[in-house]
Amino acid sequence: MDNRLGAGLGLKPQHYDEALACSAGGLWFEVHPENYMVAGGPRLAWLETIRQRHPLALHGVSLSLAADVAPDEAHLRKLAQLVRRFQPTLVSEHLAWSAWNGNYYPDLLPVPRSGEALLRIAANIARTQDALGCRIAIENPTHYLHMDQHAWSEVDFLTELTRRTGCGLLTDVNNIFISAHNLQFDAAAYIDSLPAAAIMEIHLAGYSEDADIGAALLIDSHDAPVAPAVWDLYRRLVERIGARPTLIERDDHLPDFSVLLAERGQAQDILDLQGASHERAA
Amino acid sequence: MSAPLKQFQDDFILALYGAGDAIPQLASLSGQPGFAIYRNTVIKGCIDTLAANFPTVQRLVGEQWFRSAALVYVRTTPPSAVSMMEYGEDFPQFLAQFPPAAELPYLAGVARLDRFWIEAHIAADDTRLDAAVLGALAPQVLAQTVLRPRASTYWQWFAQYPAYTIWSVNRAQTEMPGDLAWVAEGALLTRRDGVVCWQPLDFPACVLLDACAAGLTLENAASQAAAAAPAQDIAQTLALLLTAGAFSAT
Repeated sequence: MDNRLGAGLGLKPQHYDEALACSAGGLWFEVHPENYMVAGGPRLAWLETIRQRHPLALHGVSLSLAADVAPDEAHLRKLAQLVRRFQPTLVSEHLAWSAWNGNYYPDLLPVPRSGEALLRIAANIARTQDALGCRIAIENPTHYLHMDQHAWSEVDFLTELTRRTGCGLLTDVNNIFISAHNLQFDAAAYIDSLPAAAIMEIHLAGYSEDADIGAALLIDSHDAPVAPAVWDLYRRLVERIGARPTLIERDDHLPDFSVLLAERGQAQDILDLQGASHERAA
Repeated sequence: MSAPLKQFQDDFILALYGAGDAIPQLASLSGQPGFAIYRNTVIKGCIDTLAANFPTVQRLVGEQWFRSAALVYVRTTPPSAVSMMEYGEDFPQFLAQFPPAAELPYLAGVARLDRFWIEAHIAADDTRLDAAVLGALAPQVLAQTVLRPRASTYWQWFAQYPAYTIWSVNRAQTEMPGDLAWVAEGALLTRRDGVVCWQPLDFPACVLLDACAAGLTLENAASQAAAAAPAQDIAQTLALLLTAGAFSAT
């Protein structure tokens, strides 16, 4: 494992001063590059200062790799500028689409895992990696819909994308837990079948129940602590594949920085334990 | 057989905006409870963004009114840029023509000033022109100099209502003066040391900035400003704009 990247946190403007000053071992921060695609001003200066003290990851939410169109060249140029300027340790995007016919729909929309989609997405990932000059990690999405259009299982589809493009994977354990619950598949079996060597990063987050139909439908809301069942799956994954940079995502009902830091400490403890056991095994 | 990807995406967007039942290929998806999550996320995400981008408008009209108006806008105007700070570019024009806002004629102006705040906040970095640099120029050279407003400098004259006072009082979350004078007002926003600053602006100052932005020499720009207000000392107007950091050094 890269010793510098242990457990990280999504960077929130409200926590800027504490985030800057924090010296916890293995800490790193992740931001959405879209929030920094601006001409100038204090945001970029602020990120520059953070970057001088901490490793940084860029986690895109809108490149729309699964849309049936090549990635937007202006978007790629802006992303490449950020990559050059901030030298992120990790760059990631989603197996999803959000831009279509010149409009942007702020969500991660689902795609049928067909042979046609595989070709398109592989080409889009390859174009992105060429434009950025680096390998990117692709995140498994949260699922809310049963889709009979799928021709591939998600793990096979993601594995094939890594094989064709050399990209890595960002494994979001919370997304797997929610999807398994909503679509009624075995989350542990999914976790166990992921290609270990391709996993560059892991995400953890909290979920909530749908306001209308309750616990039958879980939502990837990032507004609560990581659930115990998700921690269990995380431990299971890390025990199998070894330590990987792990991020706690929290976007809503934001607690104090110290609370997030403590939650992130739980992930760091698991990583440290795993790192130690791997050293013993070696 | 699954529909080709492009068709799926066309259909999905239609369904997202409420036309799902008319698309048989997508009915198996849009009929599931989970489909509402995508609908809600997109629509709520856009409304939340408008609320964040136009906080003063929301403070004036209240959350319920704001979200109802925003829903009308959101349903017809998806974002065109992935940077959500840019969303709502024409929301001020929308409010100007939105029938329920007819009794609040200043609302579009207030929205314009919220928009200016974002533009000034994210504008390119540049250096302000120091008054001493102009002071050192020979009069002939000074007259022929073209001053350029900084990338973060935004201004507007509101000829029909005190939009600046209404905006600045509510932006600062203070109480509106009981004796608000219903007069025309101008506003100037610019970024100094990373912070967006604002101040009222009189009509000749707005004319001077307009003329400078149009590329006129200082002599010609000052003439236009003087014509707008013959009694005013335009040198003082220029000094005020320089103190505000309105012009670029390059």
